[in-house]
Amino acid sequence: MIAPGSPAPHFTLSDQDGNEVSLESLRGRTSVLVFYPLDFSPICTDQLNVYQEVLGDLEEQGAGLYGVSVDSAFAHKAFRERLGLTFPLLADFNPKGEVARRYGVYIEDRGHSRRALVMIGPDLEVNWSHEAPSPLEIPGANLIFDALAAR
Amino acid sequence: MRGEGALLIEYADLECPYCARANILLNDLPVRRIFRHFPVVSKHPRARLLAHAAEAAALQDRFWPMHDSLMDDQGRLEDPHLWERCRTLGLDLDRFEADRRTAAVAERVERDFRSGVRAGVMTTPTLFFDGRAHPGVPDAHLLARLAGLA
Repeated sequence: MIAPGSPAPHFTLSDQDGNEVSLESLRGRTSVLVFYPLDFSPICTDQLNVYQEVLGDLEEQGAGLYGVSVDSAFAHKAFRERLGLTFPLLADFNPKGEVARRYGVYIEDRGHSRRALVMIGPDLEVNWSHEAPSPLEIPGANLIFDALAAR
Repeated sequence: MRGEGALLIEYADLECPYCARANILLNDLPVRRIFRHFPVVSKHPRARLLAHAAEAAALQDRFWPMHDSLMDDQGRLEDPHLWERCRTLGLDLDRFEADRRTAAVAERVERDFRSGVRAGVMTTPTLFFDGRAHPGVPDAHLLARLAGLA
């Protein structure tokens, strides 16, 4: 997966409402891309629910959170409403998984991304990245706070 | 805290069916249980409110009875059901109603939740035993260890 110190690979993806979010639009603040396998799968649900609970703390520390999966914007919209999420979910839908591939977290034979976190600094350089050892393991929100503290 | 034996710290959500299942499995084991609140409101809208109710009951020395009452009967979690539980458990209802809305009770629950986040808790229940985290309902192997059989 993408290593700290690398320039963040470019992307332009649609969020759940059809608005485009590009790498360039993240310039000037710290952002965390949360790559997860699939909307509505049980583990992803737990992961995003807990991130939602700490979203206020993350924002206080100047970090924005973006979920990324291969699902479509429409699926993201339904998933987000079901979970009560307030951070954007980006659709890495067409070409499928292209952004996950650029960040080195795509699993070709499964057709979805690994569970991975990528912190992008205000200068659009990768500050930190973490990949779960298996898709069944959820990266704790503590890892994001530790990475923010280490900036 | 309740029970005698090896220390078991559990992070749980009072509106979580998996936690209710874990509670049944843990009930008769020889462990010293410490409960910490991990309410996930986006998943369980009444979780935090129930955590506050349990802490208000704690102020009248009825934490575990209220905890068990909620865990054993998760279909009835609205306010009138809470009042009924208070009557059954012998709580002073006026005091309960005042206490569960106090900042001190909310802070207690928030402190538990944040300690869970710091410890890497991402799902409920998560049990800490022997210095490591065991996410999810305890399996047969863990239960045997908790029972001192393995």
